[in-house]
Amino acid sequence: MASSKNDVRHYTGFFPITVLCLVILYAPLLVVTIYSLNDSNSITNWEGISFRWYVDVFTGPESDKFKTAAWNSFTIALMASVMATTIATLAATAMVRGGSFRGRGLSLGLISLPLMVPEIVTAVATLIFFSMIDFTRGYLTILVAHTAFCIPFAYLPISARMQGIDDNFEQAAMDLYASKRQAFTKILLPLMAPGIVSGLLLAFIVSLDDFIITNFVKGAGVETLPTAIFGSVKQGIKPNIMAISTMLLGFSIVLVTISFLISKSDNTK
Amino acid sequence: MTDTIAIDVRKAVKRYGDFTALQPISLSIHDNEFFTLLGPSGCGKTTLLRMIAGFEDVTEGEIFLFGDEIKTLPPHKRPVNTVFQNYALFPHLTILQNVMFGVEMQGKPKSEAKARAGEMLELVQLSQFAHRKPSQLSGGQQQRVALARALAPQPKVLLLDEPLSALDLKLRQAMRFELKEIQRETGITFIFVTHDQEEALTMSDRIAVMSAGRLQQLGNAQDIYERPHNMFVADFIGETNLLEVSVDAIQDKRAICHLGGGHELTCDAVDNIGIGSKVHMSLRPERLFLSDDPTESESLAGTIRENIFVGTDIQTLVTLENGPQMTIRTSNSDRGNKRIFEPGTPVYVNMEMGAGRLLVD
Ligand SMILES: Nc1ncnc2c1ncn2[C@@H]1O[C@H](COP(=O)(O)OP(=O)(O)O)[C@@H](O)[C@H]1O
Ligand SMILES: [Mg+2]
Repeated sequence: MASSKNDVRHYTGFFPITVLCLVILYAPLLVVTIYSLNDSNSITNWEGISFRWYVDVFTGPESDKFKTAAWNSFTIALMASVMATTIATLAATAMVRGGSFRGRGLSLGLISLPLMVPEIVTAVATLIFFSMIDFTRGYLTILVAHTAFCIPFAYLPISARMQGIDDNFEQAAMDLYASKRQAFTKILLPLMAPGIVSGLLLAFIVSLDDFIITNFVKGAGVETLPTAIFGSVKQGIKPNIMAISTMLLGFSIVLVTISFLISKSDNTK
Repeated sequence: MTDTIAIDVRKAVKRYGDFTALQPISLSIHDNEFFTLLGPSGCGKTTLLRMIAGFEDVTEGEIFLFGDEIKTLPPHKRPVNTVFQNYALFPHLTILQNVMFGVEMQGKPKSEAKARAGEMLELVQLSQFAHRKPSQLSGGQQQRVALARALAPQPKVLLLDEPLSALDLKLRQAMRFELKEIQRETGITFIFVTHDQEEALTMSDRIAVMSAGRLQQLGNAQDIYERPHNMFVADFIGETNLLEVSVDAIQDKRAICHLGGGHELTCDAVDNIGIGSKVHMSLRPERLFLSDDPTESESLAGTIRENIFVGTDIQTLVTLENGPQMTIRTSNSDRGNKRIFEPGTPVYVNMEMGAGRLLVD
């Protein structure tokens, strides 16, 4: 294929366009990362490398606020991703194994639709929903909202994995004296496991990074890391924001990479 | 094969919505029997097998396993195992774990499952692959693992759904023999599904020929090949000449018939075919022979059209005078005694005693 005339690499301008796209995508992140190491109180003047702003995140005047927010983010992401993944696993099992029931196509569409809906719409809708049922905003509302919007993210890698699982495995297991439950736990679940772990990590990271929905449904006084960062930024960008953003970025990259690698892993070889 | 009935299917019907996949079908399969369901694709073989295994519910009728009604038992409570068409080996388990699975699920201790799986792998000569994953085995080896896995829990009946269809010809022929051996050794009742008539004829104690959801004929290989009940069976099993005939008279249990062009033929009368019926007669090509002169009154006059060399045989096409075309097979080893006639030569087609068989439609 590489020698084919239609290989995109032979198109004029392929290389510069590729570089331009990558620069547009990654330059801002690179700038933040580099300036997080700046030994200066100003965010624009470069005064040499230091880790003082990383130290500041943990010990500085705003450290308590960030620690509480990070703890909230972490616990919410953990619980929301576990619940969302559980629901997504059951949904994927029903969808792929349940045969063709009425409204199967519709259900499939409905479960992935939230990925396409503008987040602000989901945020407003969730807020209205909570007000309508008179639910006091706070930690719990964030958790519930995160669980809900994480479901489609967890669902995707799981259902992708299940498409590749032969319909006959479950029947073969039952033919060999496994109950429906044993067929699920001994055969289907291990085969689905890479998809589930991948979905869990994806849901975790999506929850950890979410800002818009969280900002709408959180009550006064409860902050997650993204809303806390936003709060600080409103009072002017300090270099410590760059340090904390870089840490969040690094953490996300690690989790996304693991999620990707696991979803590609194969326990059948 | 014993007299005990292993599987008794009584007037079983399967409907998918408006579509009837299986018309009322009744079969008694004996313990220890190698029983084959034979028929073209879509005739309902898999459906019947899945009803016995418990994966399809029975719309009407009953299925008994050694005298017990099993219609309402879920698959995992039926002492019946299946060799799936695509094997369905568990990809994340090793060969040994695959074969152990059924025994463990029966609640037997792990040590026993391991010992039993070891025996089965020995039986199918795959002991050295015990710790590989299924994806590391060839198709033929996977097939044997599927067999070992299904035999390990010592089922009362083994169901095999076209187990050889994915293998190449040589391997398929070797496996026919091996399967038959294993069936004899284990003494387990085999219900074998195939669309390959040769497979059915060479392996089975008895064959049920099916078509369009109906049982067409039940019998051993010889019954089915030599005494087909109807057009479908005669046509589906082996090669045959199907001639349109009318029955003119019946004398001494012999039917005197004629076909187009005024040719006359006599064959054994059949119960439900009376005088005046317009039916088909089946004449197997290998039971016909050619001669220069009429050997008896029933020789049919015709002209050679073509000789086709098919390895073991020579297949000769003859057009009967004012009548249909017929195929005659002459074994290659007979060539010393029998002449090869050049195309265009006038000849007579003669038949062996009992070669003609009248068929209902
Ligand atoms: N789940 C199903 N729904 C509707 N029709 C089916 C279903 N399964 C099988 N059939 C139909 O039943 C008939 C018999 O199928 P099957 O038993 O698989 O045939 P065979 O195994 O002899 O090739 C076919 O016409 C098939 O299309
Ligand atoms: Mg089939």
